[in-house]
Amino acid sequence: MSVADQTQSSERQNTGIGAYLSAHLREYGLLFALIAIMAFFQIVTGGTLLRPINLTNLLLQNSYIIIMALGMLVVIVSGNIDLSVGSVMGFVGALAAVMIVNWDQSLAVTALVCIATGAVIGAAQGYWIAYWKIPSFIVTLAGMLVFRGLSLWLLGGESVGPFPREFQSIASGFVSDILPGGAAMADLFGLRNFNMLSFVVGLIAAFLVVWSGLRKRAQNRKYGIEDEPKMFFVARIGIVALALVFVFYKLSTFRGLPNVMITMGILTVIYAFITEQTVLGRRVYALGGNTKAAKLSGIKTERLTFLAFVNMGVLAAIAGLVFAARLNSATPKAGFALELDVIAAVFIGGASMSGGVGKIVGAVVGAFLMGVLNNGMGIMGVGIDYQQMIKGLVLLAAVIFDVYNKQKG
Amino acid sequence: MQKTLLEMRSITKTFPGVKALDDVNLSVREGEIHAICGENGAGKSTLMKVLSGVYPVGQYDGEIHYDGALAEFHDITESEAKGVIIIHQELALVPLLSIAENLFLGNETQKNGVINWPETFRRTEGLLKKVGLSDAPTTLVDKLGVGKQQLVEIAKALAKEVRLLILDEPTAALSEADSQALLDLMLELKQQGVTQIIISHKLNEVRRVADTVTVIRDGQTVSSFGTKDGITEDRIVRDMVGRSMENRYPERTRNIGDLLMEVEGWTVHHPEHADRRIIHGVDFNVRAGEVVGIAGLMGAGRTELAMSIFGQSWGQGISGQVQMRGQDVDTSTVGRAISAGLAYVTEDRKSLGLVLDEEIRRNVTLTNLPKVANGPVLNHNEETRVAEGYRRSLNIRTPSVFQKVVNLSGGNQQKVVLAKWLFAEPEVLILDEPTRGIDVGAKFEIYGLINDLAAAGKGVVMISSEMPELLGMCDRIYVMNEGAFVGELAAADASQERIMSLIVTEE
Repeated sequence: MSVADQTQSSERQNTGIGAYLSAHLREYGLLFALIAIMAFFQIVTGGTLLRPINLTNLLLQNSYIIIMALGMLVVIVSGNIDLSVGSVMGFVGALAAVMIVNWDQSLAVTALVCIATGAVIGAAQGYWIAYWKIPSFIVTLAGMLVFRGLSLWLLGGESVGPFPREFQSIASGFVSDILPGGAAMADLFGLRNFNMLSFVVGLIAAFLVVWSGLRKRAQNRKYGIEDEPKMFFVARIGIVALALVFVFYKLSTFRGLPNVMITMGILTVIYAFITEQTVLGRRVYALGGNTKAAKLSGIKTERLTFLAFVNMGVLAAIAGLVFAARLNSATPKAGFALELDVIAAVFIGGASMSGGVGKIVGAVVGAFLMGVLNNGMGIMGVGIDYQQMIKGLVLLAAVIFDVYNKQKG
Repeated sequence: MQKTLLEMRSITKTFPGVKALDDVNLSVREGEIHAICGENGAGKSTLMKVLSGVYPVGQYDGEIHYDGALAEFHDITESEAKGVIIIHQELALVPLLSIAENLFLGNETQKNGVINWPETFRRTEGLLKKVGLSDAPTTLVDKLGVGKQQLVEIAKALAKEVRLLILDEPTAALSEADSQALLDLMLELKQQGVTQIIISHKLNEVRRVADTVTVIRDGQTVSSFGTKDGITEDRIVRDMVGRSMENRYPERTRNIGDLLMEVEGWTVHHPEHADRRIIHGVDFNVRAGEVVGIAGLMGAGRTELAMSIFGQSWGQGISGQVQMRGQDVDTSTVGRAISAGLAYVTEDRKSLGLVLDEEIRRNVTLTNLPKVANGPVLNHNEETRVAEGYRRSLNIRTPSVFQKVVNLSGGNQQKVVLAKWLFAEPEVLILDEPTRGIDVGAKFEIYGLINDLAAAGKGVVMISSEMPELLGMCDRIYVMNEGAFVGELAAADASQERIMSLIVTEE
């Protein structure tokens, strides 16, 4: 049959390396853009970018953005947007400060109340969006103003702080080295200190990346899925694994693993798993891809939309705790305009404004890309004026690249 | 012999990996109606896009000669300036603008950017008269039915002084009566000297209006002949599919069992106007192994009936009772309707049936994800296996189930929608226009599938505007008009005339 022949031959043509690259340009592009930008700043900052202390800083600076980007990805994939996250984060930080400093509440109670507050805020916004079909842009724009106002009110217009050490350690603490051999390694490499735990975690992470990559590849082959050329696979997995080992090694020569990195890492893995491997995650993609079709397939679209916003509220609350702990005080301005950085990270990471498309890993890499830009330009002493312009153009370029790719494909 | 208005020579158009058009020739004489027939994916629409400049010169090989000169259109405005106007299957009207505003959109009667409204309305009235519409020029387009909208599209083309009018599947969404009116209008325009190209799957229409037929298959011209040369529909079908098709409706051994679903007193009100009753106490039933048709004109309320039964997806103030195998069931949400054993295959696969940007695999499993999951965690291998199974059993033509649905042809998309609902394991399937906009070959396959379902003891409710299809497929046909059932016919007693007379006498 001629139709079958035709599809066969088109399949064959598509397996060329060039064709594969052009079909997956976006995924590789993001990774290479991150590497290129890091290399660029490493050179122009005379090696400052990748110094252990700066790497640690980079992670701490971007932790709350990444935490919120996880929730924002879900919201955007569901076909919505949340403009209120910066304000919500600020408000929860303020609430934490008032509870701890003014009301003498324990850390556990504070954290619990704050996270519950985040959930309630998310539910309050999600309710109108999901069940009343009010556009999320409008509801969360209102929320942005309301919660900005609420933090001002709660703090009485002043900064509240400082926090006890225990609370600060959420953001600026480090996991103590529970593994032996650190001192020996330090001697071996001629370093002042060496955190064995951090290094081992890095090795495990790299191993997991290689293992899961190989496993997926084996499965793809089994089902005859269009395969990534071997060269690309080895290069991609190799670069990611080496980068992980490198970063963790660098961290281990400073103070080891920041607490917040553990939080961030665990959350990222959980959300990547939920979005890619679970029924729930799949339904969110269907909801964003075509709400009507999803609803007619028996998916409870309203409830899912609602949950996406509850989830966003919880993550914004966690980010609020981290942010306040890092600054060691809550200020009325905390989180101002931060929603834009979060949204930018998700779009740079390849999510689509119309919903249904986007990956957790993309959002995280997008957030790091913005973070490296901020950090690198900061070290170089580039003025805030130029920083804003450059970040804006990077966002635009990433989205243009997406659209161009889609049209070409 | 009239002169040749358009000649497309050796047109070849390649997309990455696929040759959509391969050395196609098309010759259209001035003043004729020229039909282009072919299966979906044969390249008809691509050819028309080459002609109208959607694919600009340089993106294809071959030459277009129009009105005696080599035509090199870079975009659609250039072709429109020469009087080549295409009306796409998806109408390009702005629903919340008036008829007059739509007619002159981009072509306004204006001076220095200021619209001359009296002149616009005067010209609009003239154009509407030409296409046989009596609505006021200020009527908003979304207040018009699809049939009238199609006529507005044609009026819009006339506003631009059309010489060659291209109609892509103009009657696909129209009722029988509206289709007839449109075909009459085409013949009238022909009298006025407008050359027309019509793309259609409906061969009776082609035979009625066309002077010449060109058949395209797999991107190549297969044949071109005058309809006056005693060409039969069978011959056209044979050229389209590359094989003879003696019987358009596959045979089925009827084995009708017990009562499966029964609907009683089904009443539905309009979703926006709670006091407007749309469905008036409808009763019907389906037996195991039975194919039941619902005939009716566009707007008779068939889709509204089906969707309101299926999880109250349309309307409000719904009352009535649904029974499955004699037991009352709750179908008040889509989830409950699915658990009760119902499936509704929508007439609008693109906006209601599929997540177009997703893979075939992910569309197929959407109705029953827990079945390919261990608890909350998806089993991707199982999912792929399931989708592969449907790809093979339904003959979905695609390199792999990892293709995005948007890349498939209409017929294959329809098969994906069917696969998706088969995966929900229903007992009764309501198929709403299951063969709309798909080619003869795919239609035949879908008929075969419907027969298989009936043979497996499922109940099938088939809503269709194509009466021959209902007559060819169904055991029993209900006739619906203005929200009520006006008759029920056994297959043996039914004919197009009887169905039409039931509809007409009610009015």
